[in-house]
Amino acid sequence: MNTPAILSVLGEDRVGIVAAVSAALAANGANIEDIRQTIITGIFSMTMLVTVDEEACAFDLVQAALAKVGDELGLQITLQREDVFRAMHRV
Amino acid sequence: MHIEPEEIAETLEMISRHHLDVRTVTLGLSLRACAADDIDEIARRVYDRVTSAAGRLVPVADAISREYGIPIVNKRISVTPVAELIASCGACDVSPIALALDRAGAEVGVDFVGGFSALVHKGIGEADRRLIDSIPAALAATERVCASVNVATTRAGINWDAVLLMAHTIKACAAATSDRDAIACAKLVVFCNMVEDNPFMAGAVHGSGEPDEVINVGISGPGAVRAVVESLSPDADLTAVAEAIKATAFKITRMGELVAREAARRLGVTFGIVDLSLAPTPAEGDSVAAILEAIGVERCWGPGTTMALALLNDAVKKGGAMGTSRAGGLSGAFIPVS
Repeated sequence: MNTPAILSVLGEDRVGIVAAVSAALAANGANIEDIRQTIITGIFSMTMLVTVDEEACAFDLVQAALAKVGDELGLQITLQREDVFRAMHRV
Repeated sequence: MHIEPEEIAETLEMISRHHLDVRTVTLGLSLRACAADDIDEIARRVYDRVTSAAGRLVPVADAISREYGIPIVNKRISVTPVAELIASCGACDVSPIALALDRAGAEVGVDFVGGFSALVHKGIGEADRRLIDSIPAALAATERVCASVNVATTRAGINWDAVLLMAHTIKACAAATSDRDAIACAKLVVFCNMVEDNPFMAGAVHGSGEPDEVINVGISGPGAVRAVVESLSPDADLTAVAEAIKATAFKITRMGELVAREAARRLGVTFGIVDLSLAPTPAEGDSVAAILEAIGVERCWGPGTTMALALLNDAVKKGGAMGTSRAGGLSGAFIPVS
């Protein structure tokens, strides 16, 4: 089952953030559908639309892999099912 | 991308900075099949019923919370008013049923179990009186069990005998837990117009018009509403204030509806209602009084408070009604009275 999810990354800019997050997603079978990224006064902000293949890797395991990347790089990374944003921001 | 980054940031900020959460996922359980002639038999049936029906509630709610990134603060159970189970058992002390509910609640890991309750707004039945007499001992001996008694309705008026009885009961609850800050009183609600599908404690019961098992969700978010009102320009008129509150209430309610539907689907039970109450927490700024002051009242309970409260409730209900087709429960504001 492919589950659409929103990945958001926030933290101090540094080399390798996109690489580390993308590698963690690829290693856990999650596909990147869209990326938007900005840096404002040194703060790195990235949102991704990804699809998580829950047959290949359970949703909470993908979250755990990303949390590990967040800890290593000092970033705040959240992965949430897309439904919540659709419910809150679309009529 | 279908969802704009600003919308993602807004949701994350509402949750992380303004304490937006789902206050409770409450499983309503009918205990009508647990009635018996013997108090210990009722207690045994109640324990078995709760532990078998609610075993997956906490793991399912925790999984939804993780996957959607939405804090779910409490997992609770509401049950049939216990006074309805004890009519044919002669026991004067029915607190063993509260002890069974407490043990069952601990076993399944919920925060509270509501429904040690009676409805006496038009008259006090013999079983109702035994239940009310047992409330102080029951609340003193348990951690999770909550009691409630309905003493009035808009249609029937006020049962003053019941009001007096509950006044004595509140004092007895305080005395029974005088060594613990009178905690029993915090687990007791005296109601006017008790509702059948309230997910909030301490007054949650599972009413007689409900299915056997049902999921009711209570949303919260005074902090998120306050932040939106405070972000308005100082010369914003009351229409702009109401519109901002409505838009925020819509978003909060939709989040609650999503959680409620998903929890009901995973548990295989009926989705009941979303309760649109603004329930404050001790966290700074997560306060209904702070919203009234953000609307423009100089100090809560100063001139204009009633008008601001009416505006707030009206806007929350209008925004919330757009967000869910199943608004229910109390759906009001929890306001400070002292």
